[in-house]
Amino acid sequence: MRETMVDVRGTNVRMLEAGTGPSLLFLHGIDGPSADPLFSELSKSYRVLAPEMPGFALSPIPDWMMNVGDAAYFTMDLIAALGLPQVHLAGHSIGGWIAAEVAIRSTHALASLSLLAPAGVMPREAPGHDVFLLSGDESVRVLFHDQALADQELAARAGDPLDIILQNRAGLARLAWTPRMASVILPQWLHRIDIPTFIAWGREDRILPFSTHETFVREIAGAHFLELPGCGHAIPVERGAEVARAMGAFMNGAR
Amino acid sequence: MQVYFFHLMPYGDLDIAEADKYNSAWVTIPNTNFDTQKGMKLYNRYIGELELADQLGFDGVCVNEHHQTAYGLMPAPNLIAAALARSTKQAKICILGRALPLVNNPVMIAEEFAMLDHMSGGRIITGFVRGIGSEYFSNSVNPTFSHERFYEAHELIIKAWTDTGPFSYQGKHYQFDYVNLWPRPVQTPHPPVWIPSQGSKETIVWAAAPERKYTYLQTFSPYPLALKAFNAYREEAQKMGYEAQPSQMGWAVPTYVAETDEIARRELKDHIEVFFNKFLRFPSIEMRLPPGYSSISSTKTLMELKFKNRTSSTIDTLIDNGMILVGSPETVRQRIEHCQKEMGFGHLMAMLQIATMPADMTERNIRLFASEVMPHLQGAVKPQLRAIA
Repeated sequence: MRETMVDVRGTNVRMLEAGTGPSLLFLHGIDGPSADPLFSELSKSYRVLAPEMPGFALSPIPDWMMNVGDAAYFTMDLIAALGLPQVHLAGHSIGGWIAAEVAIRSTHALASLSLLAPAGVMPREAPGHDVFLLSGDESVRVLFHDQALADQELAARAGDPLDIILQNRAGLARLAWTPRMASVILPQWLHRIDIPTFIAWGREDRILPFSTHETFVREIAGAHFLELPGCGHAIPVERGAEVARAMGAFMNGAR
Repeated sequence: MQVYFFHLMPYGDLDIAEADKYNSAWVTIPNTNFDTQKGMKLYNRYIGELELADQLGFDGVCVNEHHQTAYGLMPAPNLIAAALARSTKQAKICILGRALPLVNNPVMIAEEFAMLDHMSGGRIITGFVRGIGSEYFSNSVNPTFSHERFYEAHELIIKAWTDTGPFSYQGKHYQFDYVNLWPRPVQTPHPPVWIPSQGSKETIVWAAAPERKYTYLQTFSPYPLALKAFNAYREEAQKMGYEAQPSQMGWAVPTYVAETDEIARRELKDHIEVFFNKFLRFPSIEMRLPPGYSSISSTKTLMELKFKNRTSSTIDTLIDNGMILVGSPETVRQRIEHCQKEMGFGHLMAMLQIATMPADMTERNIRLFASEVMPHLQGAVKPQLRAIA
């Protein structure tokens, strides 16, 4: 993966980039920008661009970022700054919510939209966990259905600096504290999304319940839905390769 | 030195065995554990204890704000202060404090305090806090805005008390087209503002600033930490060109006296251990330190200081750490005098009722402290200042 810095109207964004082909902008989930094997598989056929959202990882929360709408407008500025004429926009979890907020504002610059277990819609049933009360290993375990993968993830993260973990949580809290991980009004505007849209959700998601997909699928005309049995919230890690191929096939048809 | 009785008004009837089924005394412990009949008795008893302190000559009585917890039953401390405004005669009534960022209308805090200032004949001391971490869960307020909302709400309240109304206030978090307090506060330029904290450097620097000189109140801390905070306050004051006065520093500490050291320790043991191990029990560090509540560096320091390798407290460790004052009147008096010399505070907030401590025991503690300890302390702080260590 290549790493670059992009200046978006005075805000510096760290950008991971891999592959060549049509551009795909991927907005990360609650744990920051890495998302393999999803990226490695996507980068076989796409130029994958993964920005570190302001407020996450190494970037403090900017004063102007009050809510998820600001993150959406920022993403639109980022797309403009990158000079991407038609970009496939994708996002996981909180990043999926931001991507949806971009698309309800304007699909003008977008070739397609892919939402992997997106936040943004109030779940019908209470989620099993308050994401902001999860502690230590449990905060990772709960993302996975397959606990062997959770073990691997925990091992991989063992050396992660505490600063980054704390910043990721602060960035997420700025966008998603009240109501938790959701918007009261987003369902009202999902109908405005008029581009090919791909949605995937893990059946065993313990952060954002599976049934939440129904609102997205119902409100976004012609949305393509992929159900992932035996998968938790961490779609890019748990089923990254499979989802990347399905996304690829979908986006291919969308062009 | 001025001496106060600080009451937390806990749910003293908490069934500890039942509460042990939950990993928290805050936010998530079901309120089926609260018995309203017992609750009615507790409120009346606790208010009575504060009234007794007034009659016995304490300089002040103190209440505070906490939400959704057995630790303290005062989500609205001004209600207790209002009752005390009528039933007490001499003591200052200290509300330490209101959690500013938790409200969407800080003007209402200014209004309530102004009302209390009238009802008490100008006897109130106000406290401004951010609320502890768990309160961002129980009040749904975004913790990443905590500092911004605190500073902005503070500015708005002080303006509401001191500027001629009506005026308009347009902030990032609070916007009011009309601010025009009826009543204005009695005390001029406004009621005293105290800042209770557990030693955050940011808070100390802010409180000590010459345009504020707010009394800094150190709560629940091991002795070395409290000493460090008071030294930091004095150093900050000196950096900003003035000498901090004892009246700018207060120390809040659980206090229990009985006939002898041994009796005092024996009687206090269960209550103080329940207090630290059960009433101050949180399900996770995440509830104490929600994201963005403090800066990343402060969060890391707090995680190291307060929560790493945290073992349960015993009365011995609490005494060794200097977290509590317990013993015969002579022992406690000497200890306070020693601490005062070292720390330089001018206000002592004795917490004389602790967790499950029953009425008779609390009353004995209040009376013995008032007759055998307090008279030696009141007026005992000399005006001269000690050098900064």
